[in-house]
Amino acid sequence: MGYTLDFSVVWHAVPALLWGCVGTLGLALAGMTLAMVIGVAGVAARDSKAAWLRAIVIGFVEIVRNTPFLVQIFFLFFALPLIGLKLNPTATAIIALGVNGGAYAIEIIRGGVQSIHKGQVEAGYALGLHKGQVFRFIVLKPALRAIYPSLTGQFIMLTLTSSICSAVSAYELTSVAQRIESDTFRSFEVYFSVTFLYLAISWLLMLGFAVISHRFFSYPTR
Amino acid sequence: MTPHFGLPEFGFLLRGLQWTVLLTLVAFAGGCTAGLAVALLRTCGHKGVEWITRIYIGIFQGTPLLLQLFVVYYGLALTGLKLDAFVAVAIGFTVNASAFLGEIWRGAIQAVPRGQTEAAMALGLHYSSRMRDIVLPQAIRISLPATIGYLVQLIKGTSLAAIVGFIELARAGQIVSNQTFQPLLVFGVVGAMYFILCWPLSWWGSRMEARLALASQR
Repeated sequence: MGYTLDFSVVWHAVPALLWGCVGTLGLALAGMTLAMVIGVAGVAARDSKAAWLRAIVIGFVEIVRNTPFLVQIFFLFFALPLIGLKLNPTATAIIALGVNGGAYAIEIIRGGVQSIHKGQVEAGYALGLHKGQVFRFIVLKPALRAIYPSLTGQFIMLTLTSSICSAVSAYELTSVAQRIESDTFRSFEVYFSVTFLYLAISWLLMLGFAVISHRFFSYPTR
Repeated sequence: MTPHFGLPEFGFLLRGLQWTVLLTLVAFAGGCTAGLAVALLRTCGHKGVEWITRIYIGIFQGTPLLLQLFVVYYGLALTGLKLDAFVAVAIGFTVNASAFLGEIWRGAIQAVPRGQTEAAMALGLHYSSRMRDIVLPQAIRISLPATIGYLVQLIKGTSLAAIVGFIELARAGQIVSNQTFQPLLVFGVVGAMYFILCWPLSWWGSRMEARLALASQR
């Protein structure tokens, strides 16, 4: 067997790979922002009085959660131009990530809202807090605390999922890796190294989220 | 002349669907076997072994499935073995499944009340009988919703085999879409096929979860 591993091609490509990491994080961040908007709007619509609106949200969540992201991004890639949105691949990828993450965010946020008991709010008013204070201290903060682990987990999932956006050649880490691979033919070396870049990204994110959680949410509940 | 999306194209997608199902079944069967080993090692009580399995699980949870697939696919090619594309991607999905199922079952094994293990020990049962007859039957029940959830993820995940060129449902969709220039119709049908496969499982899983939650309230 005449193959010797050569990681020098990866070493030479470090700057490009780091820019790829930036691209991946930017894609995930933009996608997550859109997902949160869809999530909040979806929760409002999910519990609205109009039955047809509720049906749309339930259908949307079920369809997104039971089909592969790859098929979703291909579909959007061809569907968006038809509704007049002629976007570059990266913008398409952001919308696809937002739509996909949005379906999961609806379920997560809904769980958080449901975790606040009505009696808590009433107790807040009874203690003489005004509306803004009740919302901030009794609804928002505990709800955020309740959904924080799932939401940050979802963000990391979305970051990893964004690698699939290379299929429409959006600018992110995996497509950078694919370009290096096609220049050097060192498939294994490139993908092996990039896998560990992703691992570093997700571990750093986990660490960062743990620090934030410790700073804002470490107070006793009972 | 470009063909329209008709019965032959639909038949091609159905053959892709067959490969998706086969790939899922092979990876799930392999993943169950290897995942059981991972779960048992993860809970074996030996600090060093537990750490190694923990890192093993952490690597698969912290990296994209697509990249895992690339590494296994090109890594296997380097070994000089001439493997069929199906075998290569099946191995990739199997190792991924072993880590995720291992972690799910680790949680389930630890969720079985400690008293069960202690009672089994007091009865003089040795490790294999304790696990096989006492702990695992209860753990499997607890883990079923999450296991089904992972199965749905696996079905969706097999679509990534399309990116390394294996012709399953998603790749078949790409091919037909390129031939017919009817991407919306084709990917709509492909999406519907995945949905028909996944949705009953998701429904079954969440119903079972609700029933387990109800049972544990009593």
